This record gives sequence, structure tokens and C-alpha cells, in this order.
Amino acid sequence: MSQLPEYNLPDSSGKFGKYGGKFVPETLITPLKELEEVYSSLNDDKKFNEELNLLHKEYTGRPTPLTFAENLTKHYGKGKIYLKREDLCHTGAHKINNALGQILLAKKLGKTRIIAETGAGQHGVATATVCAKFGLKCIVYMGEVDMERQSLNVFKMKLLGAEVKAVTSGSKTLKDATNEAIRDWVTNVKDTHYIIGSVVGPHPYPMIVRDFQSVIGKETKEQILQKENKLPDYIIACIGGGSNAIGIFYPFVITNVKLVGVEAAGLGLNSNKHSATLTKGREGIFHGMKTYLLQDENGQVSEVHSISAGLDYPGVGPEHSFLKDDARVKYFSVTDDEALAAAKLLSELEGIIPALETAHAIAYLEYLMPKTIKDEIVVLNLSGRGDKDLNTIRENLAL
Amino acid sequence: MSIISNYIKKKNDAGEKILSIFLTSGFPDKNNFVKLALDVFDAGADMLEIGFPFSDPLADGPIIQASSQEALKNGINLQITFKYVKEIRKRTDRPIILMGYANPVLSYGIEKFADNIKNSGANGVIIPDVPIDEFDNFFNSSFDGIDKILLVTPTTNEERVKEIDNKSSGFVYCVSVSGTTGLHNKDKNLEFIKRNQKLVTKNKMLVGFGISNEEDVKRYIPYCDGVIVGSAIIKSLMNDDKNYNQALNLTRALKRATTETI
Repeated sequence: MSQLPEYNLPDSSGKFGKYGGKFVPETLITPLKELEEVYSSLNDDKKFNEELNLLHKEYTGRPTPLTFAENLTKHYGKGKIYLKREDLCHTGAHKINNALGQILLAKKLGKTRIIAETGAGQHGVATATVCAKFGLKCIVYMGEVDMERQSLNVFKMKLLGAEVKAVTSGSKTLKDATNEAIRDWVTNVKDTHYIIGSVVGPHPYPMIVRDFQSVIGKETKEQILQKENKLPDYIIACIGGGSNAIGIFYPFVITNVKLVGVEAAGLGLNSNKHSATLTKGREGIFHGMKTYLLQDENGQVSEVHSISAGLDYPGVGPEHSFLKDDARVKYFSVTDDEALAAAKLLSELEGIIPALETAHAIAYLEYLMPKTIKDEIVVLNLSGRGDKDLNTIRENLAL
Repeated sequence: MSIISNYIKKKNDAGEKILSIFLTSGFPDKNNFVKLALDVFDAGADMLEIGFPFSDPLADGPIIQASSQEALKNGINLQITFKYVKEIRKRTDRPIILMGYANPVLSYGIEKFADNIKNSGANGVIIPDVPIDEFDNFFNSSFDGIDKILLVTPTTNEERVKEIDNKSSGFVYCVSVSGTTGLHNKDKNLEFIKRNQKLVTKNKMLVGFGISNEEDVKRYIPYCDGVIVGSAIIKSLMNDDKNYNQALNLTRALKRATTETI
């Protein structure tokens, strides 16, 4: 197998090329450095890694299966499609991979209070879950709009003992929830650890979240080699902030596997109601990082839209910005309607109801599969299950 | 030596401490902003910080967030802000500082931003989400001659305070609390201010964040070269009369307080 040039990012200043960095108020610099130091000491911490692996096995339910999607494969009649089943993780999505890693990190840091932001509620539920397990106080910031469309997850978080704080500023979605979480952190930094939910924010978060999520890609590599005795030809994942995508891509960035990220085109790329940051955005500084950003001509951050709350974000992880410019990963987008149709298709053909975020990756198969040939293998990261989206799907699909 | 630090030094040497007032650009009335700024100077402000609005102001509490939103709604941007500065500069020699977040500057063009600061007659810039770690990448040589004012906070360790003092020019902005801007009842941590007073040796040091009344000013003023008040002024502007008497009276009272201690 041929290899692309070596890849060792971020650099010591927390940059992926020109992206990333630490664009935060001075108050947060010291806790970020502390986090970086403690995190880097864990690389050789056998006990920490054993504890995390055991928790993944006994609590998360890892390794998750790599399921051959026989009916979906027949439907397209071309290459073979495999699904990496993160939907089968405890709490129903990949978000738990990061939450578990970071709660152990918070314990190492001696923090007693955990805050998180959430869009779809999956990261909020995952954080509330690990806080319940480890007995730490948990506050989740969530936009008012998202609380409405993901009401079941709000109830779940409360049931798990977390406090859910409604965010009413700005667009009342994920971006504003992140603003409030950062403001909370600035104010309560002494006893509080911020479990950021995606590969976004200031360094070292994009690195830490990537590392904790890359368990997805590592397992995928082993599983596909076992089943097919070769690496896949394509890997597809949906992208909001980009944590499930980077999680499955990362172990493959130095290989020739074609990596495809699928963003939310909402009501269409020319509608101004989308969240296709890498497709339509330009360089900006937002939430502590330099990255592609959807913004107006004055540098004000755009109010974005996606039917899926988890993709409804105007920024994107800085590593994705680098990977786009570097062309190691290709980024596309699909609309709300295409995602809804894909959710229906997977439900009917495979008996798997995907999250609407994940449905964006599935929808891309319509474009990709006709171009594949019989022997080619496509792996799709099935990042989450759709239970949380049933209300939205019901409102939009007449059955 | 910079115009700002010269000015502070001159005042301090004459036995006076500095009152710096923060206004959000174009707030509350975009057609009356230049007059408001000049009246604030007349009421006793030694320096003016003009905040250009951003949609996602991470370091700000609810009051300045609200004024920024209002300013954005009224179409305020950097072009308009520079026009204000030009007009204000015609009528005063006191320092004018622009304050705001990195993204509007990046979008405007970093060089163009620096050029316009010089052309408009502003003297310095505060960008709270560009810490010293990103300083050299952001403030390139086009910023030569413009004061770049950096912040120290309660989480900044001694070594870093020295480093920040070294990079900063104009003055060092000492943030009084771990938190966002606004009127909070957090304990006033004087020990940390006293520590910084000893560590900040190259620059003058002004204290800001959470200073809202005469009591606050009197408490801090013995340990710094001046104070900065933002949210309290913005709040009083929110339901003020057309002559801004409430905000101007507050400015007068705060200035008086800089000459007294408790």
C-alpha cells in the first residue's frame, strides 16, 4: 500500500498548517496549557489507557461492529458498503468516545465541575452520562431552538442528573451554546473542566478530541483487513464540527484511501440556509480557532441552518480546514431533503434508523456509488442512531 | 514613547489617575455617537475605548453583548467606526483606542485595519482573543506605531505577566476578575492587583472588568494608574434621556472617585 507524506499535526503551537491555534481571552490560556501538559503526560500513562480501554469494552460496548450492508449494496449494485456502527455505542452515538476520555482527564486535572455545549443533544447526553458514572456535577448549555427539536435528549440529560441551561442569545443553536459554555469556563475556570464535544475550539481540544475519537478509525482498519484483507477504497462521514469524521479518517490520512466528508447543504447551497462551512466559507477566527467559517462581508458569523441540529454550526474543526486545503480529504454537501430520503432508505433496507447527521453521509452514496466498481469497498461511519430525530423525521416524511 | 503612555504618565505625574470609558460603536444612537463620545470626554473621561461589534463576543457579559447586537442591527461596522474616530479626533487630543474581536479585523484585512487606525487618528488597539501566543502572527509590521494593549487576568502567572508587560504598549489592561465583562458581585481580589502592580514595570497598568461604581473605583485606584469602565456606562445608556445625562453623570462621579480613596 502506498503512503502519502508523513503527517504529524498539530505542531507545537497547536496549528494545522495555518489553522487552529489559541485565539481565546487571556484567562483561558493557563488552563489550556495545563490541559495540554496533563494530556501529553498521558501518552505513556499505561494505567490511564488501560482504564479507558476497559471502560470502552465494558461500558461503551466497543469494539463496535463493522456491518456489511448487504441490501444497500444490492440496491446500488456496485461496490460493497460497510457500516461502522457507532450507533451501537452506549448513548447512541460516537460522542461517548470523547466524553469518557475527557472525564478521566478531568479527574486527572482535579476538576469537580463539568460543563459542555450540545447541539443535537448527543454530546450533552454522553457528558451527562459519564458525569453520572463518575459523580461529577454537570451543566450542559443548549440553544433554545435545539431544546425544542431535541426534547427527548433534554429529558435524558435531566434524568441523568445534569442541569440543562437554555441559551437564548443569537441563533439559539450550537454556536451560541458554545459561546455560553466558553463564558462559563472563563468565569469558573478554577474548578471546572470544559468537555468540548467536537474537534473544534482552541488547542489542545481539536487534538484531544481527535485522539479520543480515532478509536473508530483504528478499529475500522483492523476489521476491514480481517474481513476483506485490504483497506477500503472510500471512507465517508458527515461533518458538523467534524469529530466522527476525523475519528474514522485519522488512521487513514497517510494512506491512499479516498476520504470524503459530507456537510449539510440545508435548503440548498445558494439559499443562505445551510451549514456547508468548507464548501462555502472562508478563513476566520471563531471559538478560539482559525478555521473555515461561514460569515458575512463584515466578518460577522452567519446564522446557519441544517435539519440536523448536530451539523448546524458555522465553523468546522481546524484540522478539516487543513485537510481540505491539502486535498487529502474531499468535502461535499447534501440537502435536508436528501438526508431525509437517505434516513428512510437505510431504515427500510437495513433496519437501521440513522441520526439525521449520519443520514447526510448516507445520502452521498447516491453520488458516489454509481461511480464505484464491484470490487471496491466503501466504509460509511454510522455515527449515531435516529431515535432522537423521530419527531423531526415524522414532521417531514409522510408515511 | 507612545501617545497613550505619554498621556497617562503626564496625568499621573500631575497627581491624577486615569478614567477610561468604553463605548460600543454607534450605540445607542448611530446618528448621535460622535456627540456622545465628545460629551463623555467633557464629563471627565481621560481616554475612550470604542468597541466595534462582533456577533460572538466571547469575553463579554450580557450588557455588552446586547449593545453589540443592537449596533450590528443598526449596521455598525469597521468603516463606520473609523468615520466616528475621524470626527472625534478633530475635537480632542485625548487617546482613542479601538477594541474588538479578531474576526472582523481579519475579514476587513489586517493591513487595512492598521492603516485606518493611523489615518483616523486612533492610538491603540485591544483584541482580547489575540493573546501573546498568537501576537506575532496577527500584529505584523503594519501595526508599528500603534499601541497594542494586552490583558493580564487572575489566571496569568508571574512569568507570563512579565512577558505580557514586555509585549504590550500603551498600558497593560489588568482584568480584575476571572470572568466576562459586566456588573458582577465577585470578590474584589486586591492581592492579585497588588502583585501585578509590582510585576508590570515597563507599562502603566489600568484595571477593568466589573468596575461599576465609585466604591469600586476607590478600592482599586491606589494599586493602579487608572481604571476602565464599560458595562456600567453601557447599561446607563440603555434607558437614558436624549442628552445621555445618566451616563454623563456617572462619568463625572467616576472621575471624581479616581481622586479619592477609602
